[in-house]
Amino acid sequence: MTTLPQLHNGQALPLRDIPELPLPEFRSQIVTRVRRGRRISSLFGLPDGGQIMLLAVLANDDQGMLELCRTRAQDRYPALTPDAPQAHWFEREIAEQWGIVPQGHPWLKPIRFHRCYDPGRDAWGRGPATPIEPCVTDYFRVEGEEIHDVAVGPVHAGIIEPGHFRFQCHGENVLHLEIELGYQHRGIERALMGIADSQCAPSSIRHPPSAIRNSPPGPRAVHYMETLAGDTTIGHATSYASILEALGNVTPAPRAQAIRAVALELERLANHTGDLGALAGDIGFLPTLSYCGRLRGDFLNLTALLCGNRFGRNLVRPGGVRFDLTGPVVTDLLTRLHATFEGVQNAVDLLWETPSVMSRFDGTGAVSQQDATQLGLVGPAARASGVNCDVRSDHPSGMYLSHDVPSVTLRTGDVAARAYVRWFEIQKSVEFINGVLRALPAGSVRQEVRPPAPEHVAVALTEGWRGEICHVAVTDDQGRLRHYKIVDPSFHNWFGLAMALRRQQISDFPLCNKSFNLSYCGHDL
Amino acid sequence: MLRVLRARLKQGYRTMRFPDQPPVMPEKYAGRPRCNAAHCVRECTACIQACPTGALSKSGGAVTFDLGRCLFCTDCTDACPTKAIQFTNEYRLATRTREALMVDHRPFALAQALEGEARRLFGRSLKLRQVSAGGCNACEADTNVLNTVGWDLGRFGIQFVASPRHADGLLVTGPVPKNMELALKKTYAATPSPRLVIVVGACAISGGVFADHPEVNNGATSTVPVDLFIPGCPPHPATILDGLLRLLGRIK
Repeated sequence: MTTLPQLHNGQALPLRDIPELPLPEFRSQIVTRVRRGRRISSLFGLPDGGQIMLLAVLANDDQGMLELCRTRAQDRYPALTPDAPQAHWFEREIAEQWGIVPQGHPWLKPIRFHRCYDPGRDAWGRGPATPIEPCVTDYFRVEGEEIHDVAVGPVHAGIIEPGHFRFQCHGENVLHLEIELGYQHRGIERALMGIADSQCAPSSIRHPPSAIRNSPPGPRAVHYMETLAGDTTIGHATSYASILEALGNVTPAPRAQAIRAVALELERLANHTGDLGALAGDIGFLPTLSYCGRLRGDFLNLTALLCGNRFGRNLVRPGGVRFDLTGPVVTDLLTRLHATFEGVQNAVDLLWETPSVMSRFDGTGAVSQQDATQLGLVGPAARASGVNCDVRSDHPSGMYLSHDVPSVTLRTGDVAARAYVRWFEIQKSVEFINGVLRALPAGSVRQEVRPPAPEHVAVALTEGWRGEICHVAVTDDQGRLRHYKIVDPSFHNWFGLAMALRRQQISDFPLCNKSFNLSYCGHDL
Repeated sequence: MLRVLRARLKQGYRTMRFPDQPPVMPEKYAGRPRCNAAHCVRECTACIQACPTGALSKSGGAVTFDLGRCLFCTDCTDACPTKAIQFTNEYRLATRTREALMVDHRPFALAQALEGEARRLFGRSLKLRQVSAGGCNACEADTNVLNTVGWDLGRFGIQFVASPRHADGLLVTGPVPKNMELALKKTYAATPSPRLVIVVGACAISGGVFADHPEVNNGATSTVPVDLFIPGCPPHPATILDGLLRLLGRIK
């Protein structure tokens, strides 16, 4: 295996240091590495002199390195998916965004239902007059006399985001679930790239005039990060800040990194607590549902102590954080964290002690370790299936370089495992926050960020509460953002939910769905 | 069973006394903004330049804030050289009209209650269907939190229901992406008349940070008629509940 250029999480390197490989070699490098345990953290296209550059970021979790490789494609290329299934969703995205066909892809469909970024092109040969309607596409069909289709969504019964689920059922048993998203598509990546309007822009899109670029990052950029998945405000804002810091070659002050890490773990605590409550709710076990609903809000209120907003808006900024912590606030945080954690322990212990709960959790929606690895699952869903990956320990940056957060890996891959991983992580996050707040580094919390280096690539990973968040930026010769790629953990994991439903009862869907609790808007961008 | 009861005792009674007692807002909370005209430099436009959503405008000596666009990000306070702009801890923000969201030196007109037949029908029992149309899950989460024991929305006769057929109205979040437009229209059509529409968050009111993206509709107002506007990004749960209760005449 030849070597590829490598970098650490939160580093940048000149684009010219990434050699442009011939297509077959690009392909074989990725396939070989994925077979040896690398994960595809990102794989995307960007316009490059009339062609499309394909850029891949492969995570080497054992050595804590990120490997990069790139190539050029014209109209088509041999798909990676048949040999590296975790490329599946990425290649569908490349086809939809740039009109390039990954030949041999087993199920090449749009994922967000928008026009190609390059007007006039379309991977499915649809003309400009053909309307593109969300989720109007082909679906897997199981044929047979007693097979029936169940269609759910986009508008669901609860207060949740829209998506479409299509079940192929035999009686109560689900043979296959197909998930179609795209209803939440708001055009964030396109806006970050400054591509004006893909539906009416002139043909100059592959060389967008600098005047229409939103970069160097416009006043909206950081707000896109905070709202692309609003429940992961801190996670995405942290990745974005790391990108600009890498490109500007600055390291935020230790105190700023500590506050970011506290905010990131509070985000995890709030969401994991809410998920455990919601899991209880989905099986009708109301005590834990009621208590966790309140306790989740208490964690959100701790985040509001940091910055005034329950979701952590306006806290993380390139160069540091916008708000410092005063002594009384730290004391208040520690006291309330302790009280809230005790409440969670009390509420969550009920789950493990109640046989009727565990009988519904155990064995439901199992995803095997092999499937989880092949699909490239991340976060608690991966760890529940025996895949030991966690950015905080594998690719640590900032506060995680000096403070370990132990992660747990279970084998069963079922709802019980996904629930237990969350409970374990709640305990470790509380320990982490306690440790960081009790030894909060002194100093400033924000510094100037120098302009981004021209013609560089930067990669930033953050372990959000759903798993690995990957941002990649490529700058142009003026140091403006030429391309910005966002991979929310949900992008990796939606197919995991589809796999979890196989051979399950359709009535277990809400429970399985909640055990993943994936983001619709984080996927749709 | 004994364990469940013991846990119940430990968890205690948690419902807030809202609206009889005001909620405790966090110290750094950014509520309704105001501009001190005495400090504002007439020809300076730093705040307008800094605003990511174009929520600020200037006529004469002071700034006008469009709360329907405002993210409450306070980028304008950072930009203001004379510290004329201040975000207060005023969480009551809901209005009945889009125009009333414009904040200048005049008194802010909070939402008035429904009148006549609508008040009689919905005042003591309001069933809502929530539609997330491009919402980022923050407005959704802080709407959902009203159902928890802390806020206990049910005590006001307000409930979120699973079907538009069972609903008296819609609560819409998000900028309404083109891909959700038809679903929102169909959900509205499936809601029996008379019906209300409540929009929550900057996105649903104006498109928010996604305003003027070709992929979105700049909020729900372009698609359905709106009866109550609750601004914020996201609004605090107290802001949402305050708005709902004002609409029903439960807070005056």
